[in-house]
Amino acid sequence: MTKLKVPVAQADHILGEEVAPVTLVEYGDYECPHCGHAHPIVQSVRKHFGEQLRFVFRNFPLTQIHPHAEMAAEGAEFAGAKGRFWEMHDGIFQNQSRLGTALLVELAGQLRLSSDELTTALENHEYLSRIKDDFMGGVRSGVNGTPTFFINSVRYDGAPEFEELVEAITEQLPNRKGERRHAG
Amino acid sequence: MAHILAPGISAPDFTLPVTADQSLSLRDLRGRPVVLAFYPADWSPVCGDQMALYNEVHPEFQKYNAEVVGISVDGVWCHAAFARDRSLHFPLLADFEPKGAVAKAYGVYREKDGISERALFVIDEEGVIFWSYCSPIAVNPGAEGILEALENLKEKRLSDDQAQSSRRAS
Repeated sequence: MTKLKVPVAQADHILGEEVAPVTLVEYGDYECPHCGHAHPIVQSVRKHFGEQLRFVFRNFPLTQIHPHAEMAAEGAEFAGAKGRFWEMHDGIFQNQSRLGTALLVELAGQLRLSSDELTTALENHEYLSRIKDDFMGGVRSGVNGTPTFFINSVRYDGAPEFEELVEAITEQLPNRKGERRHAG
Repeated sequence: MAHILAPGISAPDFTLPVTADQSLSLRDLRGRPVVLAFYPADWSPVCGDQMALYNEVHPEFQKYNAEVVGISVDGVWCHAAFARDRSLHFPLLADFEPKGAVAKAYGVYREKDGISERALFVIDEEGVIFWSYCSPIAVNPGAEGILEALENLKEKRLSDDQAQSSRRAS
């Protein structure tokens, strides 16, 4: 069983409440087509579980095969520093086929963030060390490709599809465990 | 069934082609740790992930002065196309003729399928196996086991050195 070595902390990008019984952590790459495929699935899974699920996204850019992945992560982190991480995150995945500086500038504009500041942040790699930290934490936790999910800190090796994820998350819900005890 | 070679065993030497006109011998790499990553085939999606991951983690391996080599039964031209496509920064060895001979020597050949297991070895500076691991064929073993082994090897060397210098001092 491969376990998450870096616990979810305040600095993470988090959707949902700490009291949620299940936490889903995704290590993803903005240029990875499988992550693009998983993006609306994760949204549906979050909707399905509502307050019972907390979602965390961490960067795992495979820069050697995805030349825009790191820059996209830097763009998302830039927006994150302004409190707009998730809008940028969604915008990038929804426009994955157009990934590049122009797209990031356009998305920043839609969020009313300064494109000059964004360009400077990208040029100076202001958010790169955070991204590298995410990446190495992922490597140490056994992230072996993208996307890699952890459900309550245990690596999920199943398919990144709606039904499979829902089933694996449901197994972790406390009332479900109770049901099982009754059944047994 | 063959068994994967265990730590403590001297790593069988080999010479395999890296490109059409270059070859690499394990003994050439003496003096630094070697990460030997057997994988079933170029191009299959899981393998791509595994090699892409090692490529990405390559700077970390280099911090331990370790040499990473991938090895499969694919031929040199296949490796060349694969390495170019994925911009790999480490050599891929062709265990092609006689097919799978090196995989067999390390106890990681799948006779039935004609490919090697997804198996990892960390070989120390003196050519002795320090750590080995065979992953289920469908599961990318990731890099954390390798990094942990390299860290343990480094610590062992440090404590060996300390023991030696304290012996000298006394």
